[in-house]
Amino acid sequence: MDDHPPLALHVPEPEWRPGDTPDFSRVEIPRAGSVRRPPVDEDPEAMRDLAFTIIRVLNRKGEAVGPWAGELSEEELLDGLRHMLLLRAYDARMLMAQRQGKTSFYMQHLGEEAISTAFRKALGPRDMNFPTYRQAGLLIASGYPLLKMMCQVYSNEEDPVRGRQLPVFYSSKEHGFFSISGNLATQYIQAVGWAMGSAIRGDTAISAAWIGDGSTAENDFHAALVFASTYKAPVVLNIVNNQWAISTFQGIARGGAGTFAARGHGFGIPALRVDGNDYLAVHAAAKWAVERARRNLGPTVVEYVTYRVGGHSTSDDPSAYRPKEESTAWPLGDPILRLKAHLIGLGAWSEERHAQAEAEATDTVRTAQREAEAIGTMQTGRRAGPRDMFEDVYAEMPPHLVRQRHEAGY
Amino acid sequence: MARMTMIEAIQNAHDLAMARDDRVVVFGEDVGFFGGVFRCTAGLQKKYGKSRCFDTPISELGIVGAAIGMAAYGLRPCVEIQFADYMYPAYDQIVSEAARLRYRSAGEFTCPIVIRMPMGGGIFGAQTHSQSPEALFTHVTGLKTVVPSTPADAKGLLLASIADPDPVIFLEPKRLYNGPFDGHHDRPVTSWRTHALGEVPDGYFETPLGVASVVQAGDALTILTYGTMVHVALAAVQETGIAAEVIDLRTLLPLDRETVMESVRKTGRCLVLHEATLTSGYGAELAAQVQTDCFYHLEAPVARVAGWDTPYPHAQEWDYFPGPARVARQMRALMEA
Ligand SMILES: Cc1ncc(C[n+]2csc(CCOP(=O)(O)OP(=O)(O)O)c2C)c(N)n1
Repeated sequence: MDDHPPLALHVPEPEWRPGDTPDFSRVEIPRAGSVRRPPVDEDPEAMRDLAFTIIRVLNRKGEAVGPWAGELSEEELLDGLRHMLLLRAYDARMLMAQRQGKTSFYMQHLGEEAISTAFRKALGPRDMNFPTYRQAGLLIASGYPLLKMMCQVYSNEEDPVRGRQLPVFYSSKEHGFFSISGNLATQYIQAVGWAMGSAIRGDTAISAAWIGDGSTAENDFHAALVFASTYKAPVVLNIVNNQWAISTFQGIARGGAGTFAARGHGFGIPALRVDGNDYLAVHAAAKWAVERARRNLGPTVVEYVTYRVGGHSTSDDPSAYRPKEESTAWPLGDPILRLKAHLIGLGAWSEERHAQAEAEATDTVRTAQREAEAIGTMQTGRRAGPRDMFEDVYAEMPPHLVRQRHEAGY
Repeated sequence: MARMTMIEAIQNAHDLAMARDDRVVVFGEDVGFFGGVFRCTAGLQKKYGKSRCFDTPISELGIVGAAIGMAAYGLRPCVEIQFADYMYPAYDQIVSEAARLRYRSAGEFTCPIVIRMPMGGGIFGAQTHSQSPEALFTHVTGLKTVVPSTPADAKGLLLASIADPDPVIFLEPKRLYNGPFDGHHDRPVTSWRTHALGEVPDGYFETPLGVASVVQAGDALTILTYGTMVHVALAAVQETGIAAEVIDLRTLLPLDRETVMESVRKTGRCLVLHEATLTSGYGAELAAQVQTDCFYHLEAPVARVAGWDTPYPHAQEWDYFPGPARVARQMRALMEA
């Protein structure tokens, strides 16, 4: 007989659940400024350590320190702060609009504002993002009109995607924002393909792929890493680790890997792990990875360590699976408050100006909302029409669809 | 007998199956601690432990592929794909592996797994939370495909599926999870808990696969349908006053050909109704079979009402959804033909 002890299934569990007290003191957070900055052409083998640390620029006192600091001017930092404030105000209003029944669904960014807004500023105007549903900051930081975003959320007559897509599933070729799919991870390999296309044609544009920690478990993620590695595609492979995939904690997707960034190593792709709540660190890492891609040195994996403060979507209630206090216990702080403190430290900002900027952001959003609602919401006004439903299935409507459209009465 | 929602009936079926047979394991995205985004597996992890009910990585291919391996080991996996729209990454494992394992190994390896997935529209889910992919499964030999329309059927059919020796695709019309649907979005959905059809027998029972149910008897015309559309058909019958016989197929494959043909031979008229897009949909198979078996009994060509041949839109979903008005119009036309 086999005298081994019986096997048992290992199922990872988060450290605490509702009712427990979250304690992040065991989470290792390196001091700001302590992580080295290699040249972009360093051998990937020589910088494997960067996938197991956290690149941070802003310290507790709000100072920008270390080799990843000093990239951005005061003006650029103020812009970044305004983008984050705008995104937060937009989220709050749209969340409310959903609760009021003006739209069917919404997904917010609360706590993750720095990532998409700072990344966008490291890209050029012709580069392309392949985002998921939590990167509206890419649009905001590129100056995309709030009104258009809202019309999309309201599925009204001015919705650029004509009422067909779920709210927040934006699309703007002009603003480097690839149309969002609800099927997780599919965009990741497409981003690699786009970058390969640019390389094939000898262009100078690069692409950026976006994915959540949970979605890295999908096949498409792994296909993307293989292709990016094989062809040294000019792409930045972003992973937003906000700790949760709906009710499932990040350990389920990560499994035995030390970090999500470390996934790059199996493919020979250099990987950085970054404080996602630090606007300066996100921007610096993004700029480094973008430069690598631009100089044809190939892909970089970047993991942003952050926390999803809000629910997964308006259909989710996070208090059912994690302690309510977890978001406040989260050790990397609030990205807006951290940048605000830094700017105040520089003497470029003040509490008064911040309060004023917050009010301005709310005002801007309110004005756009009035305009959007004057056009229509999902319930009222001029909505995307049923006639629209039959168009764009093909470039030219085939006879069977023409027939069906007539049958439907349009 | 208790009144329960379809969600509760599905929970109950899982519970009974797991209690009865310790080879039954349940897993999928968010199904463990949280009990699934629709709560169909709520309470199972607590009761049966983490190694019998657990959360998986977001990898549909992983979920189905692992289930096949467990089944080959001797377990009875019943897995959840969060929305039917997300089964495509798993499609190769379902089609090339699960469906063919018995055949290619001459019965040496088998694949008694159940793959549950919420299907269909009516919740403003747009194209990625609304699809009805049944034809993609009924076209694959080696799979069985089941679609319940009431809580009692959901329970009995799920228990039969779990006990079945072959892979079963179990499609749950999410629009029916909390109550029957009278076909129009302006009217409130009645809860199953107060509806006569919400009655679910207690204890373990199986509703055999491959047996349709005649939900309303009639002799003027036969409506062949399943899932959410059963309730749309009933609403249309009420609206028209036409004495139609409504048949809920319950299992699309194997199909209860006898019940179907007997009805069409009696009525001489047949309307096929489903929510999935029309072209090459499951309705085409039904129409072909009816035509073959009942040609000399038909008073009119078989009619089809289905979703339009477009992806499921968000804001226009009620124009897409085959509602009672569209069905009623076809019924009247069919009576005049
Ligand atoms: C292929 C696929 N499977 C499942 C889903 C359902 N789903 C939507 S979001 C989500 C969680 C994603 O988590 P993560 O990637 O961590 O991103 P986050 O929401 O945390 O930003 C799941 C399982 C889906 N949309 N697509």
